Amino acid sequence: MREIQTSVIAQTVARLAEEANYELGSDIQVALGRAKDAEKSPLGREILDSFAENAHRAPELRRPLCQDTGVAVVFLDIGQDVHFTGGDLEAAVVEGVRSGYQKGFLRKSMVAEPFTGRKNTGDNTPPVIHYRLVPGHQVKISLMAKGSGAENMSRLFMLKPADSRDGVIDAAVTTVEEAGGKACPPVIVGIGIGGTAEASMLQAKRSLLRKVGQPSAEAETAALEQEILSRVNRLGIGPLGLGGTVTAMAVHIESLPCHIASLPVAVNLQCHSARHREVLL
Amino acid sequence: MKQPWRELVLPLSADTIAGLKAGDKLMLSGTIYAARDAAHKRFIEALDRGERLPVDLGDSLIYYMGPTPTRPGDVIGSCGPTTSARMDKYTPRLIVEGLRLMMGKGNRSPEVVAAIREYGAVYLVTLGGAGALLSARVKSAEILAYPELEAEAVLKMEIERFPVIVAIDGQGNDLFKTGPEQYRKA
Repeated sequence: MREIQTSVIAQTVARLAEEANYELGSDIQVALGRAKDAEKSPLGREILDSFAENAHRAPELRRPLCQDTGVAVVFLDIGQDVHFTGGDLEAAVVEGVRSGYQKGFLRKSMVAEPFTGRKNTGDNTPPVIHYRLVPGHQVKISLMAKGSGAENMSRLFMLKPADSRDGVIDAAVTTVEEAGGKACPPVIVGIGIGGTAEASMLQAKRSLLRKVGQPSAEAETAALEQEILSRVNRLGIGPLGLGGTVTAMAVHIESLPCHIASLPVAVNLQCHSARHREVLL
Repeated sequence: MKQPWRELVLPLSADTIAGLKAGDKLMLSGTIYAARDAAHKRFIEALDRGERLPVDLGDSLIYYMGPTPTRPGDVIGSCGPTTSARMDKYTPRLIVEGLRLMMGKGNRSPEVVAAIREYGAVYLVTLGGAGALLSARVKSAEILAYPELEAEAVLKMEIERFPVIVAIDGQGNDLFKTGPEQYRKA
């Protein structure tokens, strides 16, 4: 049994929140460069240049990459041989988000009541937390700063098994088309297939933690990712939705077994400012 | 070859607004006002009560934006556009009341496009997700109204050479339709 102080969790979450919001990951920076090489629209190329420049300027200006510093979505993969000491684990994650968003001058976007007063909680809490118990004695913490421009375009399709592979493709393409410029393309398309309604949605979100453009380890899934990417890029939506040949930089699919009567397909879009960080404790 | 970016200083004359075409690239300087969802709701409530708005709609550019907090000694935090479609419910009314220039990201509803065409308004877009880069083009920012809305308060901002693209012009030409049509493959 390994002991981890919950204060370490709080400090780590705070650091991840700041880093994710100020420094664009090298994988997404490389993907933006590739997008520029592939983009046929002159305006689209200028826009992609400005995204690269934004990534470069944000740390030196000490201003976040995007004004929407998002909901803090925290994924905790907890080794079953870990014992947390020094207080409540969930409170520590919340405290990490509170202090990271405060110290980092990050925007506080959370409101307490979704359909009544919508009063801002003032510290960007609560985060959305997903726990998973795994073998071993380590803890992996991933933090995603998920902006609502892209998140609002999420879709869940409860397809019929007869809809099959083509149904999955149509679901993904329809979602990207309806999102248009609202999701700040070029996007990364996260897709969860199978499980139940909520399980497919969570898989779609988890797929966005993958390095941008890293294909699925499973050959058939990787082929489907490529086919959807090519279909999506034929839509012509382009950077910011103003027209172009690069609408998505990557498609990530995570699938799960499901019921004989079901084929859930969840699509979760990630804007070009794909901000997340992870650490292994 | 790259088309040049045209320099314009706000407020724009009626002739200048009428001459803007979807696809034009502009570098805007002058005063603008930031207002997003909650502020728009208050604008409409104020109009319903017959009250004056904190901004003069006829002479103003409304920017759909809520910045990150300002560091001490800084002018503003990150300040890119938010999704304009969330304002669609309120926009036709504001256009009727005099609004001619708005700026955000993403496409607009058919009702908004119709109001833009009927009244000769213009919808501009700027660089979604590039809030740090855009913040360097802001010379000053102050809270003008509704401070209790925090990130959603109305701001008065001075911008200098702020990059914008005309997305929907006064004739109703919509770059969110024509742009993708040009690159769409069957």
